[in-house]
Amino acid sequence: MAATTSVPNAGPIPGSRSFLTRLREGDEIARLITFLFAASTVLVTLLLILELWQGSALARHKFGLQFFVTRVWDPIAEQFGALPFVYGTLITATVSLAIAVPLGIGAAIFLAELAPARLSDALEFFIDLLAAVPSVIYGLLGVFIVVPLMRDYAQPALKKTLGFLPLFSGPAYGIGFLTAGIVLAIMVIPYIISVSREVLMSVPRDQREAALGLGSTRWESTWRVVVPFARTGIMGSIFLALARALGETMAVTMVIGNTPTISASLFSPGYSIAAVIANEFTEATGDLYLQALVELGLVLFLLTFLLNGLARLLIAITSQRGGGTALA
Amino acid sequence: MNPRLRWRKFVSGFMLTMTGVCALVAVSVLFFILGYLVYHGETSINWSFFTKLPKPVGETGGGMANAIVGSAKLLLLASLLGVPIGFLGAIYLAEFSGSTVAFVVRYAADLLNGVPSIVIGIFAYSLVVLPFKHFSTLAGGFALGLMMIPITLRSTEEFLLAVPRALREAAMALGASKWKTIATVIVPAAYRGILTAVLLAFARVAGETAPLLFTALGNRFWSPGWSQPTASLPVMIYTYAVAPYEDWHRQAWAAGLVLLGLILVINIVARAILARGIAVPRA
Repeated sequence: MAATTSVPNAGPIPGSRSFLTRLREGDEIARLITFLFAASTVLVTLLLILELWQGSALARHKFGLQFFVTRVWDPIAEQFGALPFVYGTLITATVSLAIAVPLGIGAAIFLAELAPARLSDALEFFIDLLAAVPSVIYGLLGVFIVVPLMRDYAQPALKKTLGFLPLFSGPAYGIGFLTAGIVLAIMVIPYIISVSREVLMSVPRDQREAALGLGSTRWESTWRVVVPFARTGIMGSIFLALARALGETMAVTMVIGNTPTISASLFSPGYSIAAVIANEFTEATGDLYLQALVELGLVLFLLTFLLNGLARLLIAITSQRGGGTALA
Repeated sequence: MNPRLRWRKFVSGFMLTMTGVCALVAVSVLFFILGYLVYHGETSINWSFFTKLPKPVGETGGGMANAIVGSAKLLLLASLLGVPIGFLGAIYLAEFSGSTVAFVVRYAADLLNGVPSIVIGIFAYSLVVLPFKHFSTLAGGFALGLMMIPITLRSTEEFLLAVPRALREAAMALGASKWKTIATVIVPAAYRGILTAVLLAFARVAGETAPLLFTALGNRFWSPGWSQPTASLPVMIYTYAVAPYEDWHRQAWAAGLVLLGLILVINIVARAILARGIAVPRA
């Protein structure tokens, strides 16, 4: 997303020379070679889908849609139900978005609307660096910082104040849905900020001036005019973040507790789709067990595929409307 | 000033301050992570971390020399797979292809880019590990290489497309064939951008853990060959962090510091290269 500037009069020139000239001068050979490389990208992607589909055939036929509503995950009895993992994935993603969306959009508004250009660019640089931090590092910090903090301070405090809600009941282990959600939130905030900032900055200046000219305060012009204008693009950034959160493996695996439970309490340890694949794939004995895990992979793939597609569409729509730079 | 207006001004000031606080929180997370890693990692990092093998479970000391070499091997393989496909594929997209083919390739690349890394791991497992019946460095490099393709491809294409048409026209007017124009004019003009794209892709996969879990697996000794399992820094961080030994935690911090330092340096270098401007003379 770094350089999406479109230079006028850039890009290749439509060819006009005859095929034979082009062949003699090596153009057709270069074309063929580069085509093979480009095509291999498509091939590999198709192969990936095929492998996931075929690799889970046994499990898909045996369990069908029951797979998603069965709670039992018993490799010895060869009973596989994905409900606890689906539940854990959805809950942690929800928690992470509940934290990351307000914080991320707030920060994006500051960067796009208030901060002077140089400060905004400098902060964006740090945010890009933050987006580059590998997930296993977030996991490391999660295990040694977030988990103890949650166990000793945050969870007891939440229990004292909001303990009457089933969400915040049960023993405080430190690990669990809430902690995983928080670590995920820290991970996805940079994505939300980055994309939302771009989208907000592509809102035409007239919109702001018109609102201010009608006597609205700075905040009113931002919140009632600029943000609604960029709404679809901001939604796009949220879907992008959601796709990341759903597919994230390491950071979640390290703090969620890895127990297939379904519990209303956010303090409870749980499991997610990506985490169960990471933990059990190498020790999966028997075809059905392995194929059930591959089917989980297929589910993850389809979910992120849909969300990413939707996100790109929304971001493209807003950028076009704003007449600004076209994003991804 | 009437009370209504005063209220509106107060709300405006308050909410705008809050957005500033949000930005501050988001950015301070980075410094917190850095600070904490440096604080913990620095005390645990020493010479033997870089030169020694891991000690048997229970003994303290030892290092991660095998994981550092393992990571280097994996990244070499990944670059050998990801960079040519991404780079040459991008040349095809930017210079040769019609719009339909370009759309299909871009779509596939975006799709591949969005695939969760653990799913890439499953794919590499069934494509490389199963036929060879062995967890291997090759499989791990393959998985990481796959992840490099879309990042390299999409950004390289953008930088190629940003080269002014006047440069192409000038080259062709001098009688250069198309591939000669590409090789001697267009690619050199966009080389900073392309280098940045490759570096960012490299940094992105350098920290990937999930695709290595069941491809390169892990190894407590030197990996005997490309077709054998190998240790790698990210996987070591993971296994050491979740293990119950105090000394392993210490080493996990050290490894985290080394890995993050490497990734951040590459990122900063890449951006610095780009910030000095794409070497494209204005048309």
